[in-house]
Amino acid sequence: MSTTSETLYRNRRIKNAIALLLSGAAALFGLFWLVWILWTTLRTGISAMKPGLFTQMTPPPGSDGGLANALFGSLVMSVVAILIGAPIGVAAGTYLAEFARKRPLGEAIRFVNDILLSAPSIVLGLFVYTLVVHTTGHFSGWAGSLALALIVLPVVVRTTDEMLQLVPGQMREAALSLGVPQWKVTLQVLYRSALPGIVTGILLALARISGETAPLLFTALNNQYWTADMSQPMASVPVVIFQYAMSPYDSWHALAWAGAFVVTVFVLLMSLLSRAILLRNKARHD
Amino acid sequence: MSQAGAIPSTMTVAVGHANRRNTRDARADGCFRWIVAAAGLFVLIALLGAALSMLWGGREAFGTFGFGFLWSTDWDAVNHKFGAMVPIYGTLVTALIAMLIAVPVSFGIALFLTEVAPNWLRGPVAAAIELLAGIPSIIYGMWGLFVFVPVMGEYVTPWLNDHIGRIPGLGALFTGPPLGIGMLTAGIVLAIMVIPFISSVMREVFLTVPMRLKESAYALGSTTTEVVWDIVLPYTRSAVIGGVFLGLGRALGETMAVTFVLGNAHQLTASLLMPGNSIAATIANEFTEADSDIYRSSLVALGFLLFVVTFFVLAGAKWMLRRMARQEGEK
Amino acid sequence: MIDVQPANAPAAKSVAAAPRAPAVQGETRPAPKMAARGLDFFYDGFRALKNVDFDIAEKRVTALIGPSGCGKSTLLRVFNRIYSIYPGLEAKGDVLLDGENILDPGYSLNRLRSKVGMVFQKPVPFPMSIYDNIAYGIRHHEKLSKSEMDARVEQALTQGALWNEVKDKLRQSALGLSGGQQQRLCIARAIALRPEVLLLDEPTSALDPIATGKIEQLVAELKDHFTIAIVTHNMQQAARCSDFTAFMYLGELVEFGDTETLFTKPAKKQTEDYITGRFG
Repeated sequence: MSTTSETLYRNRRIKNAIALLLSGAAALFGLFWLVWILWTTLRTGISAMKPGLFTQMTPPPGSDGGLANALFGSLVMSVVAILIGAPIGVAAGTYLAEFARKRPLGEAIRFVNDILLSAPSIVLGLFVYTLVVHTTGHFSGWAGSLALALIVLPVVVRTTDEMLQLVPGQMREAALSLGVPQWKVTLQVLYRSALPGIVTGILLALARISGETAPLLFTALNNQYWTADMSQPMASVPVVIFQYAMSPYDSWHALAWAGAFVVTVFVLLMSLLSRAILLRNKARHD
Repeated sequence: MSQAGAIPSTMTVAVGHANRRNTRDARADGCFRWIVAAAGLFVLIALLGAALSMLWGGREAFGTFGFGFLWSTDWDAVNHKFGAMVPIYGTLVTALIAMLIAVPVSFGIALFLTEVAPNWLRGPVAAAIELLAGIPSIIYGMWGLFVFVPVMGEYVTPWLNDHIGRIPGLGALFTGPPLGIGMLTAGIVLAIMVIPFISSVMREVFLTVPMRLKESAYALGSTTTEVVWDIVLPYTRSAVIGGVFLGLGRALGETMAVTFVLGNAHQLTASLLMPGNSIAATIANEFTEADSDIYRSSLVALGFLLFVVTFFVLAGAKWMLRRMARQEGEK
Repeated sequence: MIDVQPANAPAAKSVAAAPRAPAVQGETRPAPKMAARGLDFFYDGFRALKNVDFDIAEKRVTALIGPSGCGKSTLLRVFNRIYSIYPGLEAKGDVLLDGENILDPGYSLNRLRSKVGMVFQKPVPFPMSIYDNIAYGIRHHEKLSKSEMDARVEQALTQGALWNEVKDKLRQSALGLSGGQQQRLCIARAIALRPEVLLLDEPTSALDPIATGKIEQLVAELKDHFTIAIVTHNMQQAARCSDFTAFMYLGELVEFGDTETLFTKPAKKQTEDYITGRFG
């Protein structure tokens, strides 16, 4: 090798080393923020935790209390949102995977669904406000659930579509060859095969809506007291966190951190659970 | 059937059963098909409904202010004069800052995860980055307000003021009181939020590059960086751009992470260290307190603008990603 | 092409024109259980099968061989109209089962599927227990008591040469079986409906040699009860298992006859070239 090509080669090696080092630095950079955020949330949140959190109501300004009504509200609205959004999502995903795989209508629905998936959630909140709150004249837990359902819907549509498409075509053909009609094959064989994936999609949707604030701000609003009546404004943990964190009161700040901690733990648990389900399913099939 | 003579009656009965079951099955299948198709159409209707309802809600504002709504910097609740310029500006600037930080970092992370990291490290690091994506934006907001803002206010802002604020021209961007809140802070928080999305799209896409392409480059003596720069990136170019657009769409529409740290100030300033406002933050902060119809209509009109912008950005992202997929199919 | 009318062809046959038996050598064949006459098949306008005349003899094994893309699977899949679930696929001509044209839209699909069963290349057990896999098809067509169903399941698994291996774990998931066992399960599942015809589409191509051998043995046993058509890309398998063999090339049925004659004294040069490995 001549000296020039040696120098060239060395320069390239140096450039390469620098670039790779930078990429490692980028990964560290990303991890750094993750650790910082999680550490803060865990530490401050845990110190603000107390048993009264689950039994006492959200307090008036400056006082002490808990998040019971907010936790309940979040739970109820999330469950209703799933009950509304998941069945429609599974049905739409079924349509896409079983009847419209390459057709233009299917492509259009997939396109719109992906837009809905990444759309700003505050926009969905405005939609439900105009549709429900403005027309009925008051805020309600139903409106909040509806807004959350609009966030659940595209997630479930997408996972159902993808999971059903993963089921081998020959399984469909084998079931149909037995003379069983398509609707039965879909319900009894295909769903069963794709179930872990579909459930994972629903869990991920649940994780997502449990942290959503914006769509609830002007649909369910907030409620200082306990209510199980969904036609009334309902408290939810994210909205309470928002209200309390932006306030000047320390006691409210503490409660906000406790709420943040609970939400984070819940979301992490859901992610771990869905990952576990997918791994277990993969192991069964290999 | 071809034999002459009596056809056994049990056979006719069986045929009859089968035929009836066939009709029943066919009808049930048709019903099923209708139900799932209706659900599919519902998705279309949902989006259309969202768009139309906001256009409807914003009609009063659009009607009163006309096109001037877009560049007016007014925001006067008392005199009922509203303009979208300040929120639009804040949205665009914070998103831009977020992209400037997030794109190179995401690229670095994707590179790390696909080419550099040893195999045992890849899974855990990828999982950790995905975790970042799952954290709700309100947590980012809380952390941003209580932890990050003080750091920005005590250390970073003064430093920027002293060292870059003095430079003529560029310095105007970095002069401001050491509040900690402001467009720069919001941009950084947005960047952290968006990094996991962009890096995961990039990573997925880098992994689809066929090994034989990379192997032939390595065989010629290329370094890893050269393989990525000369082979992987051009191959995945459309999808990478698509991923960036996806992140941009998210950054534009993000509400909670920004609301806590942006300052909710209706003023247009050149400096990044000053508070500002974004469309989503404005709506989130002021909607429930809007006391007049025109106020509310202006906020809904803002929502409509945000929706339109993110729609085009996301549609562009999809188009880019689809181009790559089609390219893949042809290869 | 030698045009031979077998001596014992039934006089009053079929709805369509009188069958023109394709080129045949060797012994006289029994009456065809299923037959294709002048069959064309189109994939989105592309003509994948060209004017095929093909017999499946009753209670015999008929093999379809040919290079990739020759249309053998396509032809097989016409016989239970499984292609009809996909848009853009069309069959023209006649396909007769016991003299009735199954391509006629009036012919009930339900009835067809209960008379003609199919087993696919990849073993696809349903995500249910072994018992439920077998019972699944039966449940749709017949109402049986528990003891009747138990008996049917046992019979199907016995016929499918799987009973002894699974009789103690009927309630366990079928996914826990080995590949060869899963394929035998799929065969048992198909014969549980007591079809008259069994279509096998490359049933052993995804299996190891031992499992393959077991299935070939099973096929030999099954032909006492069922009419069997098998598509295989493995010529030796066709030579081992079948009574009659059809060689296809580019959508046409090139030659058809009893297996021994086709493999030792093929009438067409194309057949000979394929069998001796000059192409394929």
